[in-house]
Amino acid sequence: MALIDKAARRHRWDTKFAPYGYVTPYFLIFGVFGLFPLLYTIWVSLQHRNLLDEGGAYVVWFANYAKLLADPYFWNAMGNTLSLWLLTTVPQILFALGIAALLNRKVRTRTLFRMGVILPNITSVAAVTIIFAQLFGRDFGLVNWVLDLFGAGQIDWQAGTATSHIAIAVMVVWRWTGYHALIFLASMQAISPSLYEAATLDGASGWQQFWRITVPLLRPQIIFTTIIATTGNMRLLAEPLLFNPGAAAATGGSDRQFQTAALYLYEQGFTNYDFGYSSAIAVVLAIATIIVAGLGYLVTKRIQTE
Amino acid sequence: MTAVLDRPAPVRPTGPALRARRLARRVAGPWTYAALIAVLAGSAFPVYWSFVVSSQTPDAIDSVPPVLVPGGHLFANIARVFDTTDFALALMNSIVVAGTVTVSVVFFSTLAGFAFAKLKFRGRNVLLLLIIGTQAIPTELGIIPLYMMMSEFGWAGQIHAVIVPGLVTAFGVFFMRQYFERAIPDELLEAGRMDGCHSLRLFWHVALPAARPAAAVLGLFTFMQAWNDFFWPLVVLVPENPTVQTALSTLASGYTTDYTLVLTAATIGTVPVLAVFLLFGRQIVGGIMSGAVKG
Repeated sequence: MALIDKAARRHRWDTKFAPYGYVTPYFLIFGVFGLFPLLYTIWVSLQHRNLLDEGGAYVVWFANYAKLLADPYFWNAMGNTLSLWLLTTVPQILFALGIAALLNRKVRTRTLFRMGVILPNITSVAAVTIIFAQLFGRDFGLVNWVLDLFGAGQIDWQAGTATSHIAIAVMVVWRWTGYHALIFLASMQAISPSLYEAATLDGASGWQQFWRITVPLLRPQIIFTTIIATTGNMRLLAEPLLFNPGAAAATGGSDRQFQTAALYLYEQGFTNYDFGYSSAIAVVLAIATIIVAGLGYLVTKRIQTE
Repeated sequence: MTAVLDRPAPVRPTGPALRARRLARRVAGPWTYAALIAVLAGSAFPVYWSFVVSSQTPDAIDSVPPVLVPGGHLFANIARVFDTTDFALALMNSIVVAGTVTVSVVFFSTLAGFAFAKLKFRGRNVLLLLIIGTQAIPTELGIIPLYMMMSEFGWAGQIHAVIVPGLVTAFGVFFMRQYFERAIPDELLEAGRMDGCHSLRLFWHVALPAARPAAAVLGLFTFMQAWNDFFWPLVVLVPENPTVQTALSTLASGYTTDYTLVLTAATIGTVPVLAVFLLFGRQIVGGIMSGAVKG
């Protein structure tokens, strides 16, 4: 009798409390090193806190935000961020749709092609940027050499706002398009072939079928991808930092022509050690990202099934 | 048998008829192959070019027209990288970081994923929602307080500052939970319970063996992500104690204009993930297509 009692108690303990033991490590580590810093950023953003100041930290409420709104470097960085968001997100999704449509045909050696498109995504952002910075070099860069063959002449990619944004966008699009293409491909394979057969019998071309059948049916994935890509592309940091590496890398070019908001956050936080101001940038960037992602959602939501 | 032979040979459709038939059956034509090969070449070219430069003498990078075939100086350049910087330490650090993070993420995600999928406890759904919600938040936004904590702990500049925040991921827990939900029938666990199995034994003897395929995919992605991680290591580590990625950054920002050296280092740093990719490419592609990676 006592034995059964003991077993029952153990069983009850096991079903009631043991599950918490299994999920605790996650919540403990995430709580301390993930969630807490995230929330604490808001509190730091309300403080004057500069490591170089002897005076220590004190609360200034919204002074950092007021300073931010009047800071031309911040607006420049936000403008660059939005420009790069547009130049990366739109091509990424369009190219990914096209590549997915190609991969969705009955292709021999399909594993080879699928692995091929994902190769850029597994290379590190640091290596990618260093390689592309050389390809986009002014004097001996391969891109300029090719353009020269067509008589376009030498472009100083880093010098201009537009050219530097294009170069950085190429790196990002190169690295992420294949990944999105595979996500689209997975959904394309779920579309019933009979839809295409019927459309072909009705005389619809491949192009028409793509825009009238494939794209509308992929609407949920396009929305999802737009949001995922937006959260990534709004916080580009490694690309602008390593595009022009050197002592002043954090400024993103001599005229800050390609300094993103994330890079400005880094500059303020880790070259000026102004933690309060840097945290305010983080908070504003987070809000801006939510707004832009919402915008992306509203646009992609309008894709319609006929 | 003869009937088959007697049948007239099928007329091969040509021109527009052929195209229409291909369209209906979704069979790739020559243009599709041409386009796919172009995409493949574009994907591989930058990495290939980096390898080419790594195998040439330093002046090759500036030559016009550009050099596009590998040369014989790869090992000389690799030796120069190891002479110029402590790249061995960077590689060692990256192996330790990515290795520890991978083992830890896979283990804790499997444990928590099992509990969320197969055990009933109060507050389960709320906690799961919390995990799903936090997946969407870029944790980099908390980088300033995280750095302050690490300085406080005296960890700044050391690799545990990179390892510890990476020990668990919301994505990992969610991914394993989704897998367990489908992979283990409840009846199996009930039977185990009837036999007096403690839930930890069920986890060890039933769940863990069943989780192997998903755990492997999670492990692959976690390793590659940890190996390639840039921003946080850049912030918290010092140039004297780098990972591969921060060593690359230091090398590129240094006072050397020897970009052959920098690209050789980039090539060396890419080899481990490239090896994982070539060995397990099929699983990686399958993982992404089943939604295994967050952006």
